[in-house]
Amino acid sequence: MKQRWSRWGLTAGALAISAAAFAQTPQTPPTPEMISFACAGCHGTNGGSAGLLMPSLASQSKVSIVDAMKKFQSGERASSIMGRLAKGFTETDFEAMGEFFSKQKFHATNQKLDKALVKKGAALQEANCSRCHLDDGKDGKDDTPVMASQWLPYLQIQMDMYLSGERKMPEKMAEKVKPLSKAELEALLHFYASVK
Amino acid sequence: MTLDRRNFIKLLGGASGLAIAGQAAAQAKAGSAAVSAGSAAEIMPKGSARRVIVIGGGYGGTIAAKYLRMLDKSIEVVLIERNKEFVSCPFSNFYIAGLMPDMKALTIKYDKLTANHGIKVLHAEVTAIDAAAKMVVTSQGRLAYDRLIVSPGIDFMTDGIEGYDAKTPEIFPHAWKAGPQSALLRKQLQAMKDGGTVVIGVPLMPFRCPPGPYERACLISSYLKKHKPKSKLIMLDANPDVVSKKGLFTKAWNSYYKDIFQYVGGQVTKVDTKARIVVADNFDEYEVAVANVIPPQRAGNIAVVAGLTDDKKRWCPVDAISFESTILKDIHVLGDATLLPSDGGAMPKSGYSANSQAKVCAINIVALMNDKPTTELSAINACYSAVSETESVSVSHVFKLVNGKIKITATAVSPIDFSLGKIEKAYGESWLKNVLTEMST
Repeated sequence: MKQRWSRWGLTAGALAISAAAFAQTPQTPPTPEMISFACAGCHGTNGGSAGLLMPSLASQSKVSIVDAMKKFQSGERASSIMGRLAKGFTETDFEAMGEFFSKQKFHATNQKLDKALVKKGAALQEANCSRCHLDDGKDGKDDTPVMASQWLPYLQIQMDMYLSGERKMPEKMAEKVKPLSKAELEALLHFYASVK
Repeated sequence: MTLDRRNFIKLLGGASGLAIAGQAAAQAKAGSAAVSAGSAAEIMPKGSARRVIVIGGGYGGTIAAKYLRMLDKSIEVVLIERNKEFVSCPFSNFYIAGLMPDMKALTIKYDKLTANHGIKVLHAEVTAIDAAAKMVVTSQGRLAYDRLIVSPGIDFMTDGIEGYDAKTPEIFPHAWKAGPQSALLRKQLQAMKDGGTVVIGVPLMPFRCPPGPYERACLISSYLKKHKPKSKLIMLDANPDVVSKKGLFTKAWNSYYKDIFQYVGGQVTKVDTKARIVVADNFDEYEVAVANVIPPQRAGNIAVVAGLTDDKKRWCPVDAISFESTILKDIHVLGDATLLPSDGGAMPKSGYSANSQAKVCAINIVALMNDKPTTELSAINACYSAVSETESVSVSHVFKLVNGKIKITATAVSPIDFSLGKIEKAYGESWLKNVLTEMST
């Protein structure tokens, strides 16, 4: 058997080309697309997530992506797999990710939510959060992440991490969050999840 | 070498139209009847648009097809897949161990790839590739391409296992391709009496999904512990040691499944499905209630038939630019079937690796077809494995191109104390949802 197959290989060699023949013109270093496409297996095509615990990266600001990745890399932001992955990338890579995801269209999700909580949350957002989380959390400006349409379970886990101190709240956020009750925070998260 | 003459002919069955030089020589040598030339009619004649054909609608093929169309709508993409649905191997161990009611959460269809991206999906069996004429021969006729992507997954090499024949998997399922094989293994586990012995035979590396057998050991042990506590699970591993997430799996076996599970070094060398016996090279013989023998693996049949495999007829050597074959020009290979130039550890043969490779391949095929410079590879592997019903662990890799070779720039696994086990179980579920959504929309 071996013999026959290797003969076939030789004959096929007529069509074959040596590895050297592939010698390429110089390759460009990884582009934003090259770096960022690889994230989509977990975060969805172009950063639009279908998984309940994975945030959508689409339309996040460049600053917030770079900031998040740097914090994952240093361990300042607690994580499971993200910190480990971030260690394989450079700051230039993070900027490429920011470049790519900030240009993607906002990803709207359809979630089953408690309407009363959404309504309550809307008022709370207006009164407490709207100065930084612009346009009902749809506009990610500077280092403020896009909150709108993120999956509720993702938002809940992040809020739990903020409250436990695992994730550090920016000072301005802490000032607003601390006076709010758990029920009020839950309503806020429902609101953000509902925004399309 | 695993393809005997009969299988070889079977592989070529229907490949009647094209007799490429290599095939003709091989067949003549094999003493088989010569294939009749010219009978396979051309289907879907190529218009003026450039065309890429993708063979195989799994983790690699679907993504390559989709990203090609996302990057360049002027390229026509035809995806050829024999099945109407794809069932994911990742997470199929949950189904096997009775932790999923059915395979719905593992199954995707192809219709939205057509609706959303204009990918032409052809359900047919590919029987030959004519690299010189740039034609793919299928059970429905032949098709022309400008570039071809082959994402064929794996097939098995069973010559080293005495008594193993085509019928063996119907009695001793490998369940290493998800679908009916997964259903069979699950059924056998549920039907077995308490007190029986289950054997899992792990092949030598490299094989598809290195952590897969060990995750399976955890989940089947968990099932037995709960439902058939007098039973035993024995893992015969042909490798010198656990080949993936060793500390984590060993800890799970020792802490959760000590009374059920036993890890034994040894390669399955003989099976007897009638006497229900599995024999290992350490001379141990096991009388089995259920045997899950996972044979050694190589690139999927079509890659071997097409002459894309190396001189051992096992894996397909490709470059690390566009995954172009180093044997046949204008043909690219993705996923489990590949042999990549790497510096240090290789990319694991995982679903996520195939997904990531497919994007690199798509980016650089588009560059090559438009006479633009190619871009250096950057890729990821992220993989979750269950250690119990409620806890999972993960391994991650980042890959970059260094001096023309793929190098791991970071890799790590979950903490050994399983402190993230519950949250990683949930992350794993989101992983599955996103990766399958990406493949099917």
